[in-house]
Formats: sequence, C-alpha cells, structure tokens
Amino acid sequence: MAVHTSQSVAKAAGDDVARGRSRGTGNPPPPGKLRRALSVHWYAWTMVAPVVIVIGVIIGYPLVRGIWLSLTDANERNVARSIGVNDMPATYEFVGLDNYVDALTGGQFLGTLGWTLVWTVSCVAITFCLGMALANILNRRIAGRSAYRMALILPWAIPGFVSVFAWRFLYNEERGLLNKILGGAGIDGIPWLNDPTWAKFSVIAVNVWLGIPFIMVALLGGLQSIPSEQYEAAEMDGATAWQRFRHVTLPGLRPVSTTVVLLSTIWTFNMFPVIFLLTRGGPGESTQILVTQAYKFSFEISPRDFAQSSTWGVLILVLLMLFAVVYRRVLRTQGDNW
Amino acid sequence: MTTAAPTTSAPATTAEKPATRRPARPPRRRGERSPGASVALHLTLIIASVIAVFPVLWVLLTSLKPANYATTTDFFKETTFENYTNLIRDTEFLTWFGNSVVIAGLTTVLGVFVSATTGYAVSRFRFPGKRGLMWTLLVTQMFPVAVLIVPIYNIMSTMGLINQPAGLVITYLTISVPFCAWMMKGFFDTIPREIDESGQVDGLTPFGTFWRLILPLAKPGLAVTAFYSFITAWGEVAYASAFMVGDENLTLAGGLQKFVNQYGAQWGPMTAASVLIAIPAALVFLFAQKHLVTGMSAGAVKG
Repeated sequence: MAVHTSQSVAKAAGDDVARGRSRGTGNPPPPGKLRRALSVHWYAWTMVAPVVIVIGVIIGYPLVRGIWLSLTDANERNVARSIGVNDMPATYEFVGLDNYVDALTGGQFLGTLGWTLVWTVSCVAITFCLGMALANILNRRIAGRSAYRMALILPWAIPGFVSVFAWRFLYNEERGLLNKILGGAGIDGIPWLNDPTWAKFSVIAVNVWLGIPFIMVALLGGLQSIPSEQYEAAEMDGATAWQRFRHVTLPGLRPVSTTVVLLSTIWTFNMFPVIFLLTRGGPGESTQILVTQAYKFSFEISPRDFAQSSTWGVLILVLLMLFAVVYRRVLRTQGDNW
Repeated sequence: MTTAAPTTSAPATTAEKPATRRPARPPRRRGERSPGASVALHLTLIIASVIAVFPVLWVLLTSLKPANYATTTDFFKETTFENYTNLIRDTEFLTWFGNSVVIAGLTTVLGVFVSATTGYAVSRFRFPGKRGLMWTLLVTQMFPVAVLIVPIYNIMSTMGLINQPAGLVITYLTISVPFCAWMMKGFFDTIPREIDESGQVDGLTPFGTFWRLILPLAKPGLAVTAFYSFITAWGEVAYASAFMVGDENLTLAGGLQKFVNQYGAQWGPMTAASVLIAIPAALVFLFAQKHLVTGMSAGAVKG
C-alpha cells in the first residue's frame, strides 16, 4: 500500500501499518520517536491540518460544551446572559446523569425515538430500492438516456428549502394541486400535512423524493464499474436475468451500497430541514424526530431548555456511533475493509 | 466468445445487465429486447421523471402567473413577469443574492481545495492519526445541526464573525468537507500509484506531484466535490438565519424566511424567488453532472 515520498517514508509506513492496526486511533508515537515521526509524516500532517484545525475548533468545542450542558440543569433562566448593561453569571448546577435518566425512563424520548427509527428505516429502504431500480434501468442502452438522467437528478440540484416549499405548495389542503386533482376525480381532499398519519406519509414521500438522486447516481457509478465479462460468463452458464442480477449485480454493487446506506442512514436520522420546514414536527408532535425535538427544546419552548436539548443531542450521537460501529463490524466479518 | 458478433459493441454488453424479466428467446441478440419491454422501461422512466421534475416545474409555472392567481390549477394564466419585477424592485433580493454567491463561492473553492489535500493525504500516506481522522470525518456528519448551533454561535461571536461571510463559510466547511474528503479519498484510491512514483522519479516534490499530476486526473472527483460544496452552502437555512442579521447581510435562505413574514403567505413573490434561487444551483449542476456518475462511483462509494 504505502509508497512514498522517500525511502524513509516507505519504511515508516511499514511500521505504521502495524501500529494502526493495534492501536486503532493512531496515538502519537512515544516522545523519542517524535522527531523522526515529524520528519517522516510532516507532509501528510500538513495536508490534513486545515481540516483537523477547523473541525477541532468548530465541532470539538461545541461537542464538549454540549456534553457538559447535558450534565447540568441549564436553561434560559440560569445561563450566563446580559440584560441591558448587567451581566448575569451562570447559576446552573451540575446534576450528574439525571437528564439521561429522565430521558430514558420518560415516554417522550422513547416515543420520538420509535418514530425516528420508522422514519429512518422506511426512508432509507424505499429510497434505496427505487434508486436501485432506476439506476439499473438507466444503465441499459435506451433512447434518451441522458435526458432521463438529467430529469431524475434534478431534485438534487434544487436547494432543499426551495423544493420543500414546492411540496408544501402542492400539499396545501384547500388549494394545493394534489387535492384539486383528487377533487377532479371525485375523491375527497386528503389532509396531507394536517392529519398525524398522512403527515407521516407525506414527510417520508418528500424525503424519498429528495434522496433518490444521490443513491441513484452512486449506484449508477457502481454498475458501470462491474466488468461486463462477469455478465457474459453468467449468461454462458445459463443464468437467468434474475440470477444475473442476484449473483453478479448485487455483489458487484456491494462496496458502493454499504457506504451509501451508511451515509443515508446518518443523514436521514438527522434530517432536520425536511421535517422542520414541512410540518415543524406537527400536527401535535406526530412527525417530530429526535433532532427537531432537540431543536425545539433549545429554541421554541419557554424557558428554553438547553440541558434537555443537549442530552437529546448526545443521545443521538451515541446512537449513531453505535450504529456505525456495529455496521462496520458486521461488514468486516464479511470481509470488507475500510 | 460466442457473443462477439460484430454488432455487439461494449456498450451493448453493459446495457444488457439488469435483465429483462423473461427468458431470452434464442433469436434475440445480446442487448436487444422486445418492443414490450422497451415500452415498459420508457414508461417507468417517464413516470419517474415527471414525479422528479413536476414540483419544481409547478413552482416555475406559478411564478409566471399574476400573484392573485397563484393557486389556480391552470398551467398558464395571463403569463407575466410581474412577480419577478416586484421582487427585484421592492426587496433586497439582489443584495441577498450577491451575499449568497460570495459565501457559496468561497465555500466551494476552499472546500474543494481542503478536501482534495485531505483526501490525497489519507489515500496515499500512512501516518499516525489516519484511522482517527477517517472516523472523525464520519462522526462529524452525525452531529445534529440543532445541537451545535448555539455553541457555534457563541464561538463565532467571540471571534467577531457574526454577520461576517467568513463565519458562515467556516461553518459550511465543517458540513461539506467531511463528506467531500471521504469522497476524494475514494477517488484518489482509483488513480494508480505508479503515477505518483513517476512524478518522484522526475524530481517533483510531493506537493508538486499532487498539484501537477494527480489533480488534473481527478477532475471528475473535483467536479462532484465542488457541486456538493456549492449546494450545501447555497441551500442551508438554519445557520444562515441564525448567524446573519440585518437586511443587507442576509443570504438567500435567510432572506426568504424574512420575506415570508413580510408578505404573509403570498405564493406569487415566493415562487419567483424560489425560481431565481434554483437557477444558479441548476447551472452548477449542469456543469458538474457530466462528471457526476464517474466521480461518485470512484468516490463516495468505495469509502
């Protein structure tokens, strides 16, 4: 694997393979080796430095502060603030894990989590299946292929808040186009965003609409990297169309699919704009996912409850990390490696 | 191979792939299908395309109707550009537009550069902290925006970056770079290492190799990265409306929110604004889409 810059790099790279494996997150080498490590790795470190610094400052600090707040009873009334010319010091206190106990034993968190899981699983599953179907169709020789491809990728090219606005416009109960069409066919209008069940259906539909282009494009790329010899060989062995899909296409798409599913799951779980701009979590709290609820705690309720919000944020993070670790472990036992 | 008849070119072979769900009849050559299957495929694609395009198209059509007819279902009704002229004359729309162009442009340029160097380092070198970095890039995408927004606001105001384009650009970089760097890493992995080696043989520095040899080869990947960075910055709402205040500092996303309040639920001007906002994004997309498939396949993808 590791080539590079000079012989010493190549040698050190060899060491590194072993170190990387055994220690996981690549701890800094012991002090004696520091100088040598610097002279070998300075180039790589310089290249990644901007990212590390920006992420460290802009993500690291808020994370640490978020975790700290989740261990306190901070809310709008007791954090440091200034009223006129007076600066009020913070008076919130450390409360240990109380917030976590409350969240995990109360019904609200678990209820929201349940819907968030339904939302994530159904969005990712539906998007993936439709994206897979469209990618397979688009990968064939078919007239007007590039025109179709352009049209199908369009939802990705439009800023999210614009397309969510477009959907609200269509969903509008009295005057939206969807209900007018239904009315024309003699069907009663559907309360797309005003009935808890329909609202759930509607937000999922919009998110699927938004998510298909990404999956489709990624899978299309994956399809094009499958060598056609494999199909020829399968065909010569008398494989049916379905068998070719099952035993050549699907395994060939594996590396693409695993990454795409991981990313989609993370993004969907935290899909703030769709829910927030479409329903604001309503009607009632029926479409509230964890992120929008956490946002609500720190921005929309009074007094703004920063501790609760942070607690939910940390729990979201923990859940997603657990998911990523398990997902990776499962993949690794199946022989993938990244 | 029996299939190597002169008519069977390479594209035909790939086109065969996913398979018509019927037993192939002997006389039909590879890559051919019955008229029925063709019709079914076209029908599927047409329906899917209509669903994909229609909401956007509908907004466009609505913006061309007089404001008081906005909710009619006719496709065209007294076509007029008055929504657009009102929008540009009566609001700060052009200022917001300029702000957005500056912010999205900076985010794109910096984002592409930073993710390319990071992706290259992670792809080519083994160095202490590499695995940690890869994990950080993944984990960073898991942070709920809603939870970060208050602390980031505090940092920005400490650094005096509230109401400054730089503040938003830095914030957007934290959103776009992790994914882009991941994607670029996958992309660089597909470029043969022999090219790097030949660069060294010819006496290029490591950075020279990267800049002169690898980057030009990575254009598809860079196009995708640019597209993603631009779209992220162009369409972001939450940070934009929290960090930028005062009419002349708003970006389009923030401006549009204000605009809703100002005019109530008037669809006419809103749709006109939406169309104008979507156009630059669509242009960037047009420019990038040629590379999108190749870029993504090599990138996102292999992780």
